Amino acid sequence: MEESGGREALAIHASGLSKAYGPHLALDGLDLSLPWGGFLTLFGPNGSGKTTLIKVLATIARPDSGEAAIAGYDLRKQPAAVRRNIGVVTHQPLLYADLTCRENLRFHGRMFGLKQLDERIEQAADTVGLRPHLSRRVGTLSHGLQKRASLARAILHDPPILLLDEPETGLDQEALDMLSALASAGERGRRSVLMATHSLERGLALCDRVAILAGGRIAFQAERAMVDEATLRDTYARHARVAP
Amino acid sequence: MTGFWSAIAAIMWKDILTEARSKEVVTAVLAFAILTLVILNFAVNKDTSLTPVVAPGVLWVSFTFAGALGLTRTFALEKERGSVEGLLLTPAGRDAIFAGKMLGGLAFMLAAEAALLPFFAVLFDVSPFRPLLLLVVVLATVGFVAVGTLFSAIAVNTRSREIMLPMLFLPIVVPVVIAAVAATGGALEGKPWGEIAKWVQLIAVFDLLALVFSAFAFEHVIQE
Repeated sequence: MEESGGREALAIHASGLSKAYGPHLALDGLDLSLPWGGFLTLFGPNGSGKTTLIKVLATIARPDSGEAAIAGYDLRKQPAAVRRNIGVVTHQPLLYADLTCRENLRFHGRMFGLKQLDERIEQAADTVGLRPHLSRRVGTLSHGLQKRASLARAILHDPPILLLDEPETGLDQEALDMLSALASAGERGRRSVLMATHSLERGLALCDRVAILAGGRIAFQAERAMVDEATLRDTYARHARVAP
Repeated sequence: MTGFWSAIAAIMWKDILTEARSKEVVTAVLAFAILTLVILNFAVNKDTSLTPVVAPGVLWVSFTFAGALGLTRTFALEKERGSVEGLLLTPAGRDAIFAGKMLGGLAFMLAAEAALLPFFAVLFDVSPFRPLLLLVVVLATVGFVAVGTLFSAIAVNTRSREIMLPMLFLPIVVPVVIAAVAATGGALEGKPWGEIAKWVQLIAVFDLLALVFSAFAFEHVIQE
C-alpha cells in the first residue's frame, strides 16, 4: 500500500469539477470536500451527476475541467496512487460471471500486487459474509450475494476511502447493517466514505454529513446533526423540482 | 516493473480461465474458420492448378474474418458484465491492461491458427510444418491482434459493435494481410528467404508501428 499523499490533507477535495457528455453537463463546477474519517451521503434525483462524480473521483472518467485530490493525490497526475487509496462499489458488481468469488478476488488482488492474498481474501469474505460462497461462480449468485462479492472486492486492498454508488441496492437488512461496519473496519482506522444513494432513511442513518446534488452542483450541504429527515425530504424535493 | 508484468500475467490468467469455462470465443472462431476453409476449398478444388495461387489467400481470409469475430468479443465480454470498469479501478497502468488483453488475444488467435493449419494442410494438400510459414503466421498475427485489441476497445462503446469492428479494423490491417498472403505463398512454394524477406520485413515494421500506436492510443480510448 502506498503512503497517503498527506494525512493532514482532506480525504477527498474537489474544486470546480466539470464533466459533459455531449451537450449534457453532468458536473457543473462542483466543489466538495470530505475530511478523514468522515461519512458523506450524497442525495440527488436521477441525472443529477452522482454516478458521474463517483466515476470521476474513481479515475474511470476524466473531468473536463477542475481539480480533485484523493488522499492528497492528484486525480490527473497520480491516478494509480488514487486507485490504491479507494474502494469503489457501483450498480454493477464489476466481477466476472464465469469465475468463482475466490478467483475474482484473487484476480483483483494480483492487479493490486497484494501479498498474503489467501488471508486477505478470507478476511474480506468474512467481513461481508461471503465465506460460504467463495467457491461459487459469481454468475450463479443472487443479486444480493453479487453485491457482497463486489463489497469484498472493494475492501480487499484495505483502502482508507470508499466511494459507494447506491450500494444498498439488492442488499438484505443484515448486509445493510454491514455497510456501517465497513466504514469503521479499516486496518488503519475509520474509513472515509462518500456514498451516493436514493434512500433518505438509510443514507441519514449512516452519515455524519449530508449533501444534495442537483444539476451537477452541490445544492445543499449540512452536518447530519443539523438536519432531520423531514427537513431533508423537503429540501430534496425542492431541489429535485428545480434541477434541469 | 514487477507490477507491470504481474498485471499482464493476471489479465492473461483471467482471460484464459474465463474462456476455458465459457468457450464462447473459441467455439465461434473455430466453427467460422473451418467453414470458410471448407467452402473455399470446395470452390477451387475443381481446378487443382489453382491451389498454389489461391491457398495462401484462402488461409488468410479464414484467419482474418475469424480473428475479427474473436477480437470483437475481447472487450465485449468485459463490457457486458461491467467488468471493464473493475479493470480500470485497479492501479495497473493502461499500458499493462492493453498488453494483457493483447497477449491474451494473441494466445487465443495463435491457438486457433494452430488448430486450423492441419485442416488447411489436408484440404489443400500442403505441408504446414515449414519454419518460414510459421514465422509469417506468428509475425502477422502479432500486428493483427495489436490493432484488433485497440479497435475492439473502440467498438465496444458503439451500439453495433459486431459491424463496427470489421468496418474500422479491416481497412487498417489490409497491408499486413496482403504481405502475409504474399509471404505465405512464397513459403508454401519453398521459395528462398531472399525472395520473401521484403514481405516479412513489411510485416515486422507493421507490427512495430501497430504495437507502439495501439499501446499509446489505448489509454485515450478506454477512459470516458
